[in-house]
Amino acid sequence: MSAPTQTRPPAPRRRPGQAREGAHRQAAGARRRRAGIVRLAALLLSPTLLALALVVGYPVLAALRLSLTVTDEGINPETGLIERSSELGTQNYSDVFKGDTGDRFVNALWNTTTFTLATGALVTIIGVVMALIMSRAFRGRGLVRAAVLVPWAIPTVISALLWKWVFSTDGIANDILNTKILWTTEGFQAWLAVVIADTWKTAPFIGLLVLAGLQLIPAEVYEAARVDGSSAWRTFWRITLPLVKPALVVAVLFRVLDLLRMFDLPFVLVGPRKNSVETLSILAWDEMSNLRFGPAAAYAMVLFVYIAVVAYVFVRVLGADIIGRGVQGRK
Amino acid sequence: MRTTNTRAVLRWLGILAIVAYCLAPFYWMLVSSLRRPSDQFSNSLVPNPLSFDNYDAAFDPRNGFARALLNSLVVAGSTTVLVLALAIFAGYAIARLDFKGKGPVLAIIVATSMFPGITLLVPLLDVFVDINWINTYQAMILPSMTFALPLAVWNLTAFFRQMPYELEEAAVVDGCTPGQAFRKVILPLAAPGVFTTAILAFIATWNEFIIALSVVNRKDMMTANVILSLFTGQYRYDQPFGTQMAAGVVVTIPLVLMVLFFQRRIVEGLTAGGVK
Repeated sequence: MSAPTQTRPPAPRRRPGQAREGAHRQAAGARRRRAGIVRLAALLLSPTLLALALVVGYPVLAALRLSLTVTDEGINPETGLIERSSELGTQNYSDVFKGDTGDRFVNALWNTTTFTLATGALVTIIGVVMALIMSRAFRGRGLVRAAVLVPWAIPTVISALLWKWVFSTDGIANDILNTKILWTTEGFQAWLAVVIADTWKTAPFIGLLVLAGLQLIPAEVYEAARVDGSSAWRTFWRITLPLVKPALVVAVLFRVLDLLRMFDLPFVLVGPRKNSVETLSILAWDEMSNLRFGPAAAYAMVLFVYIAVVAYVFVRVLGADIIGRGVQGRK
Repeated sequence: MRTTNTRAVLRWLGILAIVAYCLAPFYWMLVSSLRRPSDQFSNSLVPNPLSFDNYDAAFDPRNGFARALLNSLVVAGSTTVLVLALAIFAGYAIARLDFKGKGPVLAIIVATSMFPGITLLVPLLDVFVDINWINTYQAMILPSMTFALPLAVWNLTAFFRQMPYELEEAAVVDGCTPGQAFRKVILPLAAPGVFTTAILAFIATWNEFIIALSVVNRKDMMTANVILSLFTGQYRYDQPFGTQMAAGVVVTIPLVLMVLFFQRRIVEGLTAGGVK
């Protein structure tokens, strides 16, 4: 084998003189080079993998252990001091589903799910519509693209404060709607406010990703559809949507995973410990901030599994191809 | 029959609607920040008279906002540098070197970015309390790597893949080892991809909230996002929305400027990761 050391079938290119070298020597050289590449790859990858093992791998395992650690506080009858004892057990998990804490958990699970479904559906529809509108070339496209990036670039906390202001009692939302709704207090309207604020911030981003997918569809395909007399509606359902589906599914997958761990927006827009908008992340955070690490870790692990299942469904059932393109060699 | 004209008009109306959808709330933040505090509840579309009192209030020393901006810059800046230093090598290896198991390696790296922040934060906070890292920069920087590092590796992998393979081939023919090919040929040419990735990593870390909220309780160590959510009023209103909007504009302006100048690169970076 000759020179190519990178991802690629060996090219037949050879330097003059190389052909005369013995096949044996060549094979040995290739093996040595191959070993060199593997060593180089290991060298280049190890810092990243080490860092991830430290900041992701270890915490996940530690969270699992924490969630299985039951801490009891009691007064030691001999010394009269408060003592903490820890032992392994599944009590944190069984507490998740029982009694008052059980109700709070079910409520948080419900909010997390409904936020994800409602916002996920809204951003998908609005994003696709935006992408379709932007898909034709027009003057000033760069400016429109910059405008579309603005909601994405604004920190979620700032956008939450912005919407809190928009939805305040004397705010512009009530002014335009001519209502006096207390948007950011407990109730369905608080849930709705979160959905609106999140849709505003993330739909344009989906639009951009879908737009990138749209631009990969060759013009000839549309040409052919027109020649065949396909209506615009039919063309959309039969051609545009199937062809843009890979891009759309990946974009929606990432959005949905983000929605499942939503924290900043409801936390700042409405507040912690509010039933109508408490998500699993907020619930776990609240337990953690009260230093109840065991229950916090149990909630966090439940959320972790929930997210893993959803991601699995997306990849397996909807065929979201999140890494396939990353490992392809040259085209 | 619908003429081309009507279609063009409809299209432009659509474009206008998109721009209005994206910018109207941001415009409202800007307008509200430029009113006099006593005009806070005016709903006129243009601030009249124009006033910068809200900005003065935001930077009132009692808020510690200037220091918080500096903290945000330190955390986002160091995370970006740290993450890039690692991700350049990993991205290159995954994109350009042929070795077994690169699929699983990339899958693991991408999968880590999907882990919920709170799952990682609970045990990390537990550790940080034990080793006295509460109220330190490293307690914010290290956990921020959990989302910034996969993002950077992913983007750089996509970027390295687009570079022509002839570059390394030529280098190897000229007698470079794979390591030298990377250092002397690829790295200098990768500057645009590194830059784009830096912007994305910086924005992601600048916008981070839950980590900074949890590992810091001293005001002088808080980031801008955290301190902003805790602002109390200098004026008589319950919640100092005008001040918050002014501070919000200050926090957002660097990002909006980046978006204006680098929108092409940012979109390329974002889509290279997701769709292509």
